[in-house]
Amino acid sequence: MSSDVRFTDFKSDKQPTWCPGCGDFGTMNGMMKALAETGNDPDNTFVVAGIGCSGKIGTYMHSYALHGVHGRALPVGIGVKMANPNLEVMVAGGDGDGYSIGAGHFIHAVRRNVDMSYVVMDNRIYGLTKGQASPTSREDFETGTTPDGPKQPPVNPKALALASGATFIAQSFSSNSQRHAEIVQQAIEHDGFGFVNVYSPCVTFNDVDTYDYFRDTIVDLDETDHDAGNRDQAKDKILESEKEYMGVLYQDEESVPFEKREGIEDSMAEIPDGAPEGAMDLVREFY
Amino acid sequence: MPDDLNWAIGGEAGDGIDSTGKIFAQALSRAGRHVFTSKDFASRIRGGYTAYKVRTSVDRVESVVDRLDILIALTERTIHENEDELHDDSVIIYDAERTTMQDVEVPGDATALEVPLKRLAEDAGGAIMLNVVALGAACEVTNFPIENLDESLQKRFGDKGEAIVENNKQAARMGQEYVQEEFDYEFGYDLETTDEDYVLLNGDEAIGMGAIAAGCRFYAGYPITPATDVMEYLTGRIDQFGGKVVQAEDELSAINMALGAARAGARSMTATSGPGIDLMTETFGLVATSETPLVICDVMRSGPSTGMPTKQEQGDLNMTLYGGHGEIPRFVLAPTSISECFWKTVEAFNLAEKYQTPVFLVSDLAMAVTEQTFSPETFDMDEVEVDRGKVVDENDIDTWLDEKGRFQAHFPAADGVSPRAFPGTADGAHMTTGLEHDELGRRTEDTDVRVEQVDKRQRKVETAREQEEFDYREYGDPDADTLVISWGSNEGAMREGLEFLEEDGYDIRFISVPYIFPRPDLTEEVEAADDVIVVECNATGQFADVVEHDVLERVERINKYTGVRFKADELADEIKQTLAGDAGTTTEVEAE
Repeated sequence: MSSDVRFTDFKSDKQPTWCPGCGDFGTMNGMMKALAETGNDPDNTFVVAGIGCSGKIGTYMHSYALHGVHGRALPVGIGVKMANPNLEVMVAGGDGDGYSIGAGHFIHAVRRNVDMSYVVMDNRIYGLTKGQASPTSREDFETGTTPDGPKQPPVNPKALALASGATFIAQSFSSNSQRHAEIVQQAIEHDGFGFVNVYSPCVTFNDVDTYDYFRDTIVDLDETDHDAGNRDQAKDKILESEKEYMGVLYQDEESVPFEKREGIEDSMAEIPDGAPEGAMDLVREFY
Repeated sequence: MPDDLNWAIGGEAGDGIDSTGKIFAQALSRAGRHVFTSKDFASRIRGGYTAYKVRTSVDRVESVVDRLDILIALTERTIHENEDELHDDSVIIYDAERTTMQDVEVPGDATALEVPLKRLAEDAGGAIMLNVVALGAACEVTNFPIENLDESLQKRFGDKGEAIVENNKQAARMGQEYVQEEFDYEFGYDLETTDEDYVLLNGDEAIGMGAIAAGCRFYAGYPITPATDVMEYLTGRIDQFGGKVVQAEDELSAINMALGAARAGARSMTATSGPGIDLMTETFGLVATSETPLVICDVMRSGPSTGMPTKQEQGDLNMTLYGGHGEIPRFVLAPTSISECFWKTVEAFNLAEKYQTPVFLVSDLAMAVTEQTFSPETFDMDEVEVDRGKVVDENDIDTWLDEKGRFQAHFPAADGVSPRAFPGTADGAHMTTGLEHDELGRRTEDTDVRVEQVDKRQRKVETAREQEEFDYREYGDPDADTLVISWGSNEGAMREGLEFLEEDGYDIRFISVPYIFPRPDLTEEVEAADDVIVVECNATGQFADVVEHDVLERVERINKYTGVRFKADELADEIKQTLAGDAGTTTEVEAE
């Protein structure tokens, strides 16, 4: 890893096709800054992207990357990291990808606690299919497929994470570039699964959860006496429905990543030209 | 035909049927006898009916037969379940002192050998050893030296302490002596021993061992009958070679974890059965378009849906051959025997990496639950070759950078295979995607690039046809007028079946096909025969369809895959050109 890596090194030469003003621009910039700030470079970084507007991020960033199947980005990231723990693995996706079709993988990835970061661009809407309710949409949010609202409460991903044994839960806001980059950086530096939900507003299809709404509502945890090491405090903040918070809600400093617990130390890429030494013992076991 | 003996122990699930049967099978194997085992079982942990059957001979045995000579019946139902296989010389060993077995009637003139299994076991140290008492009794009936049981009893109970092992040895001898003293029969069975050294393993274990031999380092899976044994075999063992098994939350996750590990450069695989293959199908296309080497093993069982989870079927051929939307270049291998499960697994990893595409390894329940004897040299590890294909490192990556210094992970090479840089390789950073992409892995809808990439991926199959041997195995009379073709695990039964047929004067050529795609073209063989029969364990004849497809005179084809629909005038032109013979069998409609 070279020390002179700049965040623009993580930018590809492909121009984003996100709508002007999309929250994803800020989200991606913060991710690139955080990667550079933590001493990574494109050749040791693996980005896994989901499907949706957010999933396009793999194309706009420069690193090793895979843009996969809808909802399955986390398992891919887990496989990459376990096969080569020397890589910096970052998974990015949206609220539909992570909390709807991929919700099962989300809670299990949280439980597994592999050392990687997961950045969810939460705009509370399906943008790429032109504006349908997402799992984080409000109960009365009117869309083409839910004319009277989804009539079901939004999922609380941070509560899901906490209940699943998360070791790092943070909330960020794409418009606050400085804080957003810091929070993602903390997620990268965390020894385990660093989960960051990012409010990343959709300026085209969501006229409720807007930049203005988040700016007016969000409270920076750094300006409160919140103790991120205290699970009960985290729980109270996460379950509070009236307020939005920004910052690290919970972090278990004692976290030991899954791959370390499994004793994986090196890349699995190198193998001998033939059967490994001692392979004949496997045959003898069947005597 | 082998001079064989067919032996079984049956009872309820939870009675220790499997482990007792395995002890006997191992003892026979160690005594230099060939063994072929099978299981009758249901998807339950307790109760019902379950049996472990052993066919043994000093000659090779490749199949089960419909004949049972010795039966240890722990329940009355065991006798009824096997009524059709029992004959007048059969010996049925059971405990008539058990309240549920007092009124047992054995079929025909079969011998009822009443042995107080439980009482003798209690005398030896505990009722739990009653199965072993029965094994001892069986040794006496079959004239099989009791000492042969000792090593497998040690293997089975060794970790429970020497006292337990000794008690079991004693229990076996009490069973033996009881039969010796109480019954003055000449049973007519004689299990002779030889000096041969055999190993005993099932198809799932052979696949697992093949994976380790081939350098597989990562396995992700979700437990499912009958594929779980692959995962259980690898767990712990693969660690000794620097690898890891991960139990995923579902098959969707399992295949994506395996894909991730493969992207990171590890030889990687997953194994499942039909219901899991359904879920994994979602990711087949991504594996192929991202050009990721991945081995996907399907240990087939009866479908559709949950079907009969513990019963045999070869019903997933179409699924593995055609599964997934769009068109997916792939390899489909179907090992035809337990030893081939090992070798085809090794080959699967090489094909996956050489051609950077998914390889389906299609096995089935019949092989997964059967333990068979082989000489250890069958699995000669020195014969294992590893070919990783076009992997580039820091030293040669420059060749594959474009004018702007960007790595071309999907370079449209003449042979269809692009360079592969493991993450961490300097200057190799690149993306890939399930979207159609250009040579850099960036999404595109450009019609020229689309056609170029589709053709590039399909060229791998053509290259493989030129460079690899996708051959069949042949038995019987090569000049016979009757041709029998089968795929997968039917080979053993058909090979022995040939001997029955020969006795009755039938002359048969038998072709056993281990490659489903790409596969050998059987046109000549089919045309040379008067009668052609395709044998497979399914209702509709999925492989028969494939054979008929290959043998058909080909239709002319007009194909378009630019992403743009056919247009009337364009189509009319294409048809005219095709009729004029200007085009080949496959006409590519040019991108505009």
